[in-house]
Amino acid sequence: MHRTICDFLLDIIQNSIEADASGIVVEVIQSESLFEATVGDDGCGMSEEELKRAQDPFYSKQGKHDHRKAGLGIPFLMQTASMTGGQVDIQSQQGIGTSVRLVLPVDHIDTPPVGDMVGTFTAALSYPGSFGMVIKRSAAASAGEDSYVLDRIQLQETLGELETGVSLNLLRRYIASQEASVQELLNSRVKSVKEAVHGKDDPRRA
Amino acid sequence: MAKMTLEELRALRDEKKKDLNKRDVADKTKQVVIGMGTCGIAAGAKDTLNAFLQELDAQHLTDVLITQTGCMGLCYVEPTIEVIAPEMPNVIYGKVTPDVAKTIVRDHLVNKKMVSEHIFDRPAADIIDRGGK
Repeated sequence: MHRTICDFLLDIIQNSIEADASGIVVEVIQSESLFEATVGDDGCGMSEEELKRAQDPFYSKQGKHDHRKAGLGIPFLMQTASMTGGQVDIQSQQGIGTSVRLVLPVDHIDTPPVGDMVGTFTAALSYPGSFGMVIKRSAAASAGEDSYVLDRIQLQETLGELETGVSLNLLRRYIASQEASVQELLNSRVKSVKEAVHGKDDPRRA
Repeated sequence: MAKMTLEELRALRDEKKKDLNKRDVADKTKQVVIGMGTCGIAAGAKDTLNAFLQELDAQHLTDVLITQTGCMGLCYVEPTIEVIAPEMPNVIYGKVTPDVAKTIVRDHLVNKKMVSEHIFDRPAADIIDRGGK
């Protein structure tokens, strides 16, 4: 089972890449209580029957792993959503594409921690292939000053192919500088909520 | 931390350019392939990738390609990686935690010595016994 919500997110994004998508749009919005992510692609899509089978842990699309019968990404995701009162909504049309929407309550005891957003975006953007990917990231209900957009084509134009240690380290540094303002806003909100519940002098507010 | 702009990122890249290997990708000689299937991700392959990036930076290695792939079929020893380097056999390492990743950079990529206890596929046993020589 995945250890962080970011691991689920990376898994969903890779499904889109492996579905031969030429365009992938990832949107991640987070508040002090909810994590919402949508991954949409224009890949091969799934028929109703395939979509049903993708939720079966003992099914994996042939061609991807010829000798294996397990496909755990989507089942893990659905299990976690079910355990935590979250939601997973998958819309897919064969030949058109797939959209996966994930909503998880971050404060539920069984929800894994959010995890390393910078590492997740670095890995997703640098996965081999000639696809385009746009990642939109923001804190919920903010004025937008914290939000940022990562465009794979733009980043490739700036850094060159995203496959050497040097370019990946620069990419990581760039994403970290964008993510810092989202984290700052989220941390200040969590602090305000704790102060409102426990009072300013309570050690739990830290 | 102030948000970096794309112009600043481009300037940083230019600053590093003198260290960058200007050869085409096909000419790069060393490659680390990281298994990022569901099994790899669940076992912490993302942290392994980060550790490789940190150690390559620390060792000033600019000619190493870092690529990702799906499951390599060794789910029981994830995170798994493959290292391709000149004068060394191609090796698949397993149980590559961040600390092991840093050891692989120093031993395999810099000192041309395999990390025998983490080899799970590719070189024959006698090659492993000789430390990859």
